[in-house]
Amino acid sequence: MLKLLWLIPVLPLTGFLVLALCGDRLSRRQIAWVGCGSVGAAAVTTALVAADFFRTFPDREFYQQTLWNWINTSGMTVGISWYLDALSLLMVAVITGIGFLIHLYSAEYMAHDDGYARFFAYMNLFVAAMLTLVLADNLLLLYLGWEGVGLCSYLLIGFWYREPEYGTAAQKAFIVTRIGDTALAIGLFILFTQFTNLSIQQVQNLAVEAWPVGSNLAMIVALLFLIGAVGKSAQLPLQVWLPDAMAGPTPVSALIHAATMVTAGVYLIARMHHLFALAPMVQEVIAVLGLVTLLLAASSALVQQDIKRVLAYSTMSQIGYMFLALGVGAWSAAMFHFLTHSCFKALLFLAAGSVIHSLHHEQNIFKMGGLRRHLPWTFWTFLIGAAAMSGVPLITSGFYSKDWILWSVWSSPISHRWIWFGAVFGALLTGLYSFRLIFRVFFGEARTQPAHEPGLAMRVPLVILAFLALTVGFLEMPHTLGNVTLFSDYLSHALPTTELLTGIDESSEAREQLAVTVAALLGIGLAAFLFLPGSLFEARRSGQSTDHPSVTLLQGGWGFDRLYDRVFVRPWLSLTRNSHDRLDRGFDWLAACAESCHGWMSHTQTGHVRWYAATVAVGTLVLLGLFAM
Amino acid sequence: MLSTPALVLAIVLFGLGLIGLLSRRNILYMLLSLEIMLNAAALAFIAGGARWGQADGEVMFLFILTLAAAEVSVALGIVLQLSHRFRTVDADALCELRG
Amino acid sequence: MTLWLLILIPILAAPFAWMGQQWSRHTPPLIAIGALSVDVLLALFLWNQGPSVQISGHGFWLVESHVSWIPRWGISLHLGLDGLSLILILLTAFIGVVATIASWTDIQSRVGLFHCNVLLALGGVIGVFLAIDLFLFFFFWEVMLVPMYLLIIIWGHAQRRHASFKFFLFTQAGSLVLLVAIVTLAFLHQEATGRLSFDYADLMELTLSSEMARWLMLAFLIGFLVKLPAPPFHTWLPDTYAEAPTGATIILAGILAKTGAYGLLRFTIPLFSEAMSELAPIAMGLGVVGILYAALLACAQTDIKRLVAYSSISHMGFILLGAFAGTELAMQGVVMQMVAHGLSTGGLFLLAGALEERYHTREMGHMGGLWSVMPRLATMTLFFACASLGLPGLANFIGEFLVLFGSYATQPIMVILASLGMVMAAIYSLGMMQRTFFGPVRDSRMTPDLSNMAFGTVLVIAVLQIWLGLYPKAILTTTKPVMEQLVQAAVASANPIHSRAESLLSSRSVTSQGTIP
Repeated sequence: MLKLLWLIPVLPLTGFLVLALCGDRLSRRQIAWVGCGSVGAAAVTTALVAADFFRTFPDREFYQQTLWNWINTSGMTVGISWYLDALSLLMVAVITGIGFLIHLYSAEYMAHDDGYARFFAYMNLFVAAMLTLVLADNLLLLYLGWEGVGLCSYLLIGFWYREPEYGTAAQKAFIVTRIGDTALAIGLFILFTQFTNLSIQQVQNLAVEAWPVGSNLAMIVALLFLIGAVGKSAQLPLQVWLPDAMAGPTPVSALIHAATMVTAGVYLIARMHHLFALAPMVQEVIAVLGLVTLLLAASSALVQQDIKRVLAYSTMSQIGYMFLALGVGAWSAAMFHFLTHSCFKALLFLAAGSVIHSLHHEQNIFKMGGLRRHLPWTFWTFLIGAAAMSGVPLITSGFYSKDWILWSVWSSPISHRWIWFGAVFGALLTGLYSFRLIFRVFFGEARTQPAHEPGLAMRVPLVILAFLALTVGFLEMPHTLGNVTLFSDYLSHALPTTELLTGIDESSEAREQLAVTVAALLGIGLAAFLFLPGSLFEARRSGQSTDHPSVTLLQGGWGFDRLYDRVFVRPWLSLTRNSHDRLDRGFDWLAACAESCHGWMSHTQTGHVRWYAATVAVGTLVLLGLFAM
Repeated sequence: MLSTPALVLAIVLFGLGLIGLLSRRNILYMLLSLEIMLNAAALAFIAGGARWGQADGEVMFLFILTLAAAEVSVALGIVLQLSHRFRTVDADALCELRG
Repeated sequence: MTLWLLILIPILAAPFAWMGQQWSRHTPPLIAIGALSVDVLLALFLWNQGPSVQISGHGFWLVESHVSWIPRWGISLHLGLDGLSLILILLTAFIGVVATIASWTDIQSRVGLFHCNVLLALGGVIGVFLAIDLFLFFFFWEVMLVPMYLLIIIWGHAQRRHASFKFFLFTQAGSLVLLVAIVTLAFLHQEATGRLSFDYADLMELTLSSEMARWLMLAFLIGFLVKLPAPPFHTWLPDTYAEAPTGATIILAGILAKTGAYGLLRFTIPLFSEAMSELAPIAMGLGVVGILYAALLACAQTDIKRLVAYSSISHMGFILLGAFAGTELAMQGVVMQMVAHGLSTGGLFLLAGALEERYHTREMGHMGGLWSVMPRLATMTLFFACASLGLPGLANFIGEFLVLFGSYATQPIMVILASLGMVMAAIYSLGMMQRTFFGPVRDSRMTPDLSNMAFGTVLVIAVLQIWLGLYPKAILTTTKPVMEQLVQAAVASANPIHSRAESLLSSRSVTSQGTIP
């Protein structure tokens, strides 16, 4: 069964080819079958492969499969080859599993769209590219997937191509991530020049041998990889594209801009953890970037009016937690948060999509309200998602993953106490903005009359994801609460265990957890106080407008868009305004010179035969005279 | 020697022809002057042939004679066409090739 | 003899294509396609035979043909085929077919003469790729020029006079410099051995003083840079590409630009390896300038054909960068880039021409929202836009990345700058898509989508792009021996004591130390 590994990315690719080549000849039902079926088949194959993987490799080492030699020339040997270990298997499972649920959801959500076949074609292509990214054995193949998901993201953000703003958002996403990709590519050039090898494992082994910890080259390469990861994962300073990326259809936001693609950066860093371990300074940078992003994004999420933008900022914020975990060396914690986050964030997006769907594409939360009674399924699942995101203790998965990260931050030798305080404050903000959303959308009086509840194809994914958002956390529970270590055992071969400071006992862990719990609950409570309709503060504040300058600053994501507009976009535009080739001027001048010269010479050509005869005679005499001399 | 006066005569004839060519505006007269210049050159060949006792001079003379005949027939044809089309035989009036 | 067949089939078919006009409008293109297909088959046959063909002469030609022509000047009809020329001939014949199909509806007047000129130009190009006598090479170099000039001046668009003059003057000036250098080289050979010779193998043996080598290399460089083109000699290209009829543009961009690249690889580098170390950084610098400057201008264009033209200059910069990097990997990348660029710009110009034919404008401001009107055209343009922005999995990516990987060892800073071109490529390619196919509909006229024939052609190009993007071995193994020899010769003459492997290793370790800031 392990031999079937190659089928996992190929199945969605086949789906893409079928839909792209004869999508216009299929009926909607057939399109949905092909689109969902190919991803579903990939998910089933993943399950088979995983079962076989566990049986063949009880210690979960790795399995490699080479399809053919991609490039094999002049010292460069790169294969189309897959590498399956615990880490990539986790990613594949999430991509195909959650991907299938989102495809199923889209079958109904997009049912009345003109570009039904196009939508599923892009989605299948995305899944194929994402699987290539995570299964790649070498960095060049990883780069193929990396760019492939970028392209699909571009296509899906601009899916409704008639709106020029959507197109701008799509271009912005592609170009900003492309900046990161270019840095990643330069990192590949350096690695290849050093080691004439691009295999992820071998390069890292060679790097560990050749470079001492903290060597300049290791720092530079790690930094370049980090820039790549930052671009893809929408972290500071390349985070500006993600809020605009919400222009795409909601299932796209769920799949690409929440569950899978934006976590590719996390995967990359986890995959290259040997390299990053050689560059402790870069690791610190990762932690600080993660912290700053999570705080900035969480504060921006507080004041957004568009339901999807709130979720977009929350995604940035949650990925900030993952980066924070990576930065302090808690690799497994980061991947655990990735797992829980992709469950509850996909759930939140899909539930939000169901709200938007029933409100006829209304996305402004100030025009919603009171949907609790009309959309009970959506309400309960959304509530579970929001609870998981804010980390409601004991019953939600988000609590366990976030707690693990914060505990690692607290006890890691390469972290600082203020980072932990920042992250805990972030947890408070998370509770605040998640429940602001709940109270705004589902409580109070209805401002827009909703249509019916979504149908079965949309409800089933919601329920499954809600179930997962509650239960996935039980895979890993802290010492103080049951001490389950299924997840970290599972990843133990692929990722190193987290180093903890010595001499930290259980009581301090319990105290730390209490602080986190209190922060999350405080956030929710504050949200209830501030935003629950009928609460004291809400009533007093309702009359006031919200155009205070600090609010506008937060709504614009701390003004990064305006800053980049000033510093990069406008100078660039003014550079490209003049479409004339300056170098052409030189040649124009040459041509003008030649023209004036010949104009001057042509005065001698009078057209008078006698003048010609005279000049011939004079010329002959002069020549004869010259000869005579 | 005999050839010197003959050469002097040829030079004088050539000069006369050139002056005629440059001063006359009527194309017919210009052709006449051209003929004189050609014949001056031919005379120089004859003189040269006589000087060296070679037949080449006479051969060249015959060449020039045929050339002159051919040239005149073509040139007169052109002159006829010119006077027919432009109603003039004034060389200065015909300057359409001015640059 | 087979080699002469490759050249003569298109040239001899040319008059028939001209005469074919009297039977039907479709006879000349059919004759052209037929002749070029025979060429493709012949080249494929040679490719298949590859290793088994008798290796003769100087040991590196797969097939060689040598007939004396003007012995007292040392000129002979000497043709030689190796992996590089084989690949390029295949590309030439294939792009020729594409160009013919692109002109199927575009060319309405004097169809016969058009295809006659196309065939003559292609015959000249194939001659250029085969000739290994420098005089013969120059002869074919000129043969391909005149029909191209006629194609532009007779069938071009509004500004065709300006464009064709510019094209002719630039290329002719470049040829002149080249001719002077070739003749000087032949005389130098006479000085050294007492015998005039234009033969490639003879001239390779010649050792030049470094001063002489520098000047001659510069002359060769200029001659080929005009054709490539690279700044500052590129300004003829946008005008020409925009004003030429679509078929001629495809030939110009897809093939004629490659003759410049071929000249760099075949003549400039091996003949003057003495001066390589001095001129290589300059040439590579010009390549990087070309990549960035042309990409910047491409972003500024509003005319779709000019945009593609500038993007084409930008891509040719990678060729210049890689050709002078001096590593085998970069050279392999150059070959890949030549083929990939031929396919991608061929496709893009075909599609841009189709757009122009339908809307009678090249201004992207007048288009918009065409995706719903012409889904086939839009999808294929998206595909080629992706190819041109270097999406992995397509052939352009392999070319660009091999060049960058190979050049990083020698010029890391330049490679980093060149990588910025990838960001700019994204900006102009996506900008082109946005302005033509996305956004609100500007022109509500209903226009027909791509015809089945054109769609099929573009699809074939797309399949080739994907095939070469995922399985570049097909080309890389064919050209590997040629590139090995090139690098070996360059290294040997620059550094006669060390063997190649040693010097490569040492250069690598030197740079690895050198790049640590």
